[in-house]
Amino acid sequence: MHSRSPQRLAATLASLALTAGLLAGCSDEPDLVVYNAQHQELLEEIVPIFEEETGLDVELRNGKDLELANQLVAEGDGSPADVFLTENSPAMSIVDNADLFAPVSDAAKAPIPEQYVPSSGNWTGFIARSTVVMYNTDQAKAADMPASILDFAKPEWKGRISFSPTGADFQAIVSAVLELEGEEATRTWLAGLKANGVELQNNLVVLKSVNSGEVEAGIAYHYYWYRDQAEAGENSDSSALHFFGDQDPGAFLSVSGAGVLKSSKNQDDAQKFVEFLTGPQGQKAMAESYALEYPLNPEASLPAEVKPFDELEPPTVDVASLNGPAVVDLMTEAGLL
Amino acid sequence: MEAYELLVRPRIGELLRNTIGLTVATMASTAALGVTLGWVVERTDVRGARWLHALLVAPLAVPAFVNSYAWISLNPSVVGFWGSWLVITLSYYPLVYLPVVATLRGLDPALEETAWALGHSRLRSFATVVLPQLRPALLGGVLLVGLHLLAEFGALQLLRFPTFTTAIYDQYGSTYNGSAAPMLASVLVLLCLLLLVGELRLRGQRRFARLGGGVARRSEPVRLGPLRWPATLATVVLVALAVGVPAYSLLHWLRVGSSTEFPLDEIGAAVASTVALAAAGAVAATLCALPVAWLAVRVRGRWATLVERSSYVANALPGIVVGLALVTVSLRVVPPLYQTAGLLVLAYVILFLPRATVSVRAGLEQAPVLLDDVAASLGHSRLAVLRRVTLPLIAPSLGAGAALVFLAVSTELTATLMLSPIGTSTLATEFWSASSDMRYGAAAPYALLLVLISIPATLLLIRERRHES
Repeated sequence: MHSRSPQRLAATLASLALTAGLLAGCSDEPDLVVYNAQHQELLEEIVPIFEEETGLDVELRNGKDLELANQLVAEGDGSPADVFLTENSPAMSIVDNADLFAPVSDAAKAPIPEQYVPSSGNWTGFIARSTVVMYNTDQAKAADMPASILDFAKPEWKGRISFSPTGADFQAIVSAVLELEGEEATRTWLAGLKANGVELQNNLVVLKSVNSGEVEAGIAYHYYWYRDQAEAGENSDSSALHFFGDQDPGAFLSVSGAGVLKSSKNQDDAQKFVEFLTGPQGQKAMAESYALEYPLNPEASLPAEVKPFDELEPPTVDVASLNGPAVVDLMTEAGLL
Repeated sequence: MEAYELLVRPRIGELLRNTIGLTVATMASTAALGVTLGWVVERTDVRGARWLHALLVAPLAVPAFVNSYAWISLNPSVVGFWGSWLVITLSYYPLVYLPVVATLRGLDPALEETAWALGHSRLRSFATVVLPQLRPALLGGVLLVGLHLLAEFGALQLLRFPTFTTAIYDQYGSTYNGSAAPMLASVLVLLCLLLLVGELRLRGQRRFARLGGGVARRSEPVRLGPLRWPATLATVVLVALAVGVPAYSLLHWLRVGSSTEFPLDEIGAAVASTVALAAAGAVAATLCALPVAWLAVRVRGRWATLVERSSYVANALPGIVVGLALVTVSLRVVPPLYQTAGLLVLAYVILFLPRATVSVRAGLEQAPVLLDDVAASLGHSRLAVLRRVTLPLIAPSLGAGAALVFLAVSTELTATLMLSPIGTSTLATEFWSASSDMRYGAAAPYALLLVLISIPATLLLIRERRHES
C-alpha cells in the first residue's frame, strides 16, 4: 500500500492551521471602517487623499447598495462600520428607517444644496447621476426618442428598449416614478416595460446592447456612456445620449449618500470623513476622477464634455421619500424581480 | 406580500423551468460525456491516452465562473440556456469522468468476456455488463453535478441565465427584510432533497465487488480500427473547448485589455488570503467530515444516513443564505467572532462539508474493519488504533477531500464578501468586482492566479484516483 505517515499529515495540517491563525491575527485595527457601495475604484482614489490629509487609516468593505444596507440592519448595534456610502439613496433610507444613523454634522451638510439632504438630516448626498436614454445612432435619431420615460411602456417600443431591473440603480428610477406619478401609473409603466423590454444584467450590458444594435435604446445613467467615451469608445461610439429634462421622471437625479453609523465608536473621525467627501477638496478630487458623476458641491464641476449640471432640469423629489420596499413590491408584482 | 402569493407567481414558474431544465440537461450531458470519454481513454487504443487523461481532468482547476467569463468575453452571444448549458457542461464533466475512469480501471474484464462468449455484441455487453457496474460512480458524479448546479451563482449570473440561486441573490440585493428570498431558498432546498432521494433510490442495494481470488487483470484495449483517429480528434476538440478557450481568453485579455494592470501588493495580498482561507477551510471541513463519514460507514442505519445526507442541504444553498444567517446568529451569540477568519471558516465548513465527506466516506468503505479489530486485539488503545491503522489507510482520501474543499473555498464569493475580516480581499472577490464592471483586462490576472493556485489540488485529485484503482 502506498501510505503517507500520519505524522506528516498532521504536520501539514498544523502548519496550515497556523497560517490561517496568522492571517486572522495580523490584521491591524483600522481607525475607520467604511461600508462602501459606491464604485470601489472611485473610493480607492479618494480615500488615500483623506488618509494623507488626516493620518487616519481607513478600511473599505465593498459591496452593493442593498446588500450592505441589509447587512447593516442585520448587524444593528453590533456593526463594525463607522460610515456607510451608497450609489443611490433608497439604501440610505433603509438604514435610516432602522434608526441606525447619527445625524451628520452641519459642516458636512453645509456645502450641499438642501434638496440633496433628507429632511431627517441623518445623512447627506455627495455625488449624483442623471437618468438618460442611450440610443443607437444607426437605428434612431434624437427626434425619435420619446418626450417622457413613461412612453417606453407604449406598445410601439416592444423589443426596442433594454434596461437592468435587478440592482439598486433601476430601483432608484422606479422610486422616482412612484414618487412623481403615483402607484397606479407606476404599475402600468412597469407592466409595459416588462412587456416591451429586454432585461439585462447591469448598466454596462445595457450600453453594449445599444451600441451593438441588439436594441434601439436603453435606460441607464449618464456616466456609463461618458466613461466609455473617455476610455476608448468601444462600447459607445455607435450611440448617443438623450436627456429628458423638463422635470420628467426620466430626468431624475439619483443621489449617492453618506452617513455616520450611530454605533460607531469613532464619531468625530467618521464625521470628518463625511465632511471631507462633501468639502471642496474631496468634491474636486471626485470631479477630476474617472467617475464623471456630478459633484453636489457647487464649488466643483465636471469637465466640459459632460452636459453641465445646471442644464439638467431634474424633477424635484425628496431624497428621503424614495421608498425601497414599496418599489420592490411593485417590481415583484410586475415580474421583474 | 403573502408567502403564498410570493410562491405562486409567474416569476417562480420561470425560475423553476430554468433551474430544472438546466439541471436535467447538464446532468444528462455530463453523464454522456463522462462515460464516453472514460471508456475511450481507459478501454480503447486511442492515441496519447495518458495525455488526454490529464487534459480531460484539467477543467477542475478552472472555476466555472472563470470559464464563463472566458467564453462570454470572447463571444457575448454565449448566454441564456444554451450558453449556460455549454459552458457548465464543459466545466462540470470531470466530476463524472473521474469516478467513471477509476471504476473502469478496477473492473474485472472476465465478466464482460463471459458476455461475449455467450454471443452478446460488444455494445450489448457494455450496456448489460459494464454500465450496471458503473452505476455507483456515475450516479455519485451526476449527483455532485446536480448539487453544484443548484448552488451555482457566479457563472450563471455572468451567462445571464436566472435560476433560483441567482434570483435569491438578486432578492437580497433589492429587498429589505423581505420574505421572497427565504421563500425561494425553500424551493431550492426541496429540489436538493429530490436529487438526494433520487440518487439513493437509483443506487439501490446491489454490491459490485468481485468475489474471486487473486487480482483482476487489466482488460485488453478495444481496437478502434478506422475509428481511432476520429475518436482521438473528437477528444482533442473537446479538450480544446474545455481548456483551450479559457487559456486563450485569459492570455488574450492579459495582452489587449485596456484595464489590465498588475498591482503587485494587492494581488499578493489576495493570493495570500485566498490560500490561507482555502487551506484553513479544507483542514476544518476534512476534520469535521471524519466523524460524519465514520457514522455513515461504521455505524450505518437510518440516523447515520440522515446526518450524512442533511449536510448536503447546505451545500445546495447559495453562500448568501448561509452568510446572512451567520451574520444574525453570530452577532446574537458570539459578537466578538463576527467578521473574523474563524467565523468565515465555519461558514466554509457548513457550505462545503459534503465535498469532504464524499471522499472520506469512500476511503473508509475500503478500509477493512478487520484491521482495526486485529490492532485492538493486539492491545492497542482506541486512539492508537485510529492513529496507527485507520488514519494511514484513509490518508489519501482525506487529501482528496481536502483538495475538493480547497477548490470550492478559493472560488467562493458571497459568504466571503459578507463575513471576511474587514479589508480582506480574495482572488475570487477581486475577480468578481472587476469582471462585473466588464473590466475584462483587470479581471484576467486574478482569474489566471485562481487557476494557478488550483493546480496542486487538482493534481492531488488525479493522483488519488490512481491509488483507488
